Amino acid sequence: MAELYDRYAPVVYSVALRVLADTGAAEDILQDVFMQLWRNPAAFDATRGSLAPWLAVIARHRAIDVLRKRRPESDLEDVVVSVDAGLDSATERRQALEKIRAALANMPAPQRQALEMAFFEGLTHVEIAARTGEPLGTVKTRIRAALLALRKSLRA
Amino acid sequence: MTTHEQFAEDLPLYALGSLAGEERAAVQRHLAECAACRRELQRLEGDMALLALSASGPAPPQRARQRLQLAIAREPRPRSVAMRRPWWTLAPVFACAVLALFSILLWRENARQRDRIEIWKAQAEQNQAALQQAKDVLALLTAPDAMHVTLVAAQSRPQPAAKAIYLPRRGSLAFFASNLEPLPPQKTYELWLVPAKGGAPMPAGMFRPDARGNAMLLMPRMAEGIEAKTFAVTVEPEGGSATPTMPMVLVGAGQ
Repeated sequence: MAELYDRYAPVVYSVALRVLADTGAAEDILQDVFMQLWRNPAAFDATRGSLAPWLAVIARHRAIDVLRKRRPESDLEDVVVSVDAGLDSATERRQALEKIRAALANMPAPQRQALEMAFFEGLTHVEIAARTGEPLGTVKTRIRAALLALRKSLRA
Repeated sequence: MTTHEQFAEDLPLYALGSLAGEERAAVQRHLAECAACRRELQRLEGDMALLALSASGPAPPQRARQRLQLAIAREPRPRSVAMRRPWWTLAPVFACAVLALFSILLWRENARQRDRIEIWKAQAEQNQAALQQAKDVLALLTAPDAMHVTLVAAQSRPQPAAKAIYLPRRGSLAFFASNLEPLPPQKTYELWLVPAKGGAPMPAGMFRPDARGNAMLLMPRMAEGIEAKTFAVTVEPEGGSATPTMPMVLVGAGQ
């Protein structure tokens, strides 16, 4: 467990911190996610994906739940993440992340903002539209375009 | 009417969790029956997992690690402890139980054997005593240096005499004679049994007296179950005869 923690705590913590922007709250998420993994190690199905993206997704779910002050919606076991790109080795992961960061850097700012609001802040497209003052359709289109750009960069 | 294309457009938003209410429910219903959309959703989730991973920030503080370690230490160990003990961990218990049972059985069997041995011992002691007595009797009767005294009526000369003790049902016979006349060479005394049911006299053994005129026949070969009317002794050529040669030297009838 200590080994797992040392390897993956930064992933969970970073995601939680990115969503919550609060170190104490992010530490709570970190604690919560690893305790659940400790209590129920079988929740992670190693045949269906690697641990890092799975933990990242879990951390995001939990953090958004906290952010929106709602009860956790999903169990660990319900979260299945399959990533096409090989991510098992640190090198592969780093390469994939570089592509993602490059894609984020290269996309138009409104697109990136819309995606980040949806992804890291857990806002619905209606909320994003309200916050940015953009029409609903535009928000949807931007989010879609941003995700497509991400995919393109990953498959490149 | 909402088409597959419209759902496909909403899918990224659904994957992000940006849809709410009826929109979300509608996508869920469509996903349940559209394999293509399920596959696309899976890919979107994969992409977003990488997006989540891209959010690299500072490492968590050391205190978070300690906090987790503390919490884990307080936690009862999951699964592995709650797991049922595999059957083989009980093997020593079974082995002990079997051994204990076996020991009790052995102990009881042992006690029974001890009792049996006690009985045998007692029996052996009795047998030994009986055997010793028989041996003593036999030793007395057969000892060459034993005194044989024949008592007769006072003021009469001792006459040749003999006593036969016969148990027909077992064919056992003991015969003691005294004051016998010495025999000429190549002669022998022969004892005859005359059956009670009639028939020829049966030879019952040959003997020669010692220097003092004493003779004895102990347990000669006899058929079982032949009642005797009379015992008689004759003098026969050495090696015996098939029928008695008169006269009879001694004769006696059973009472």
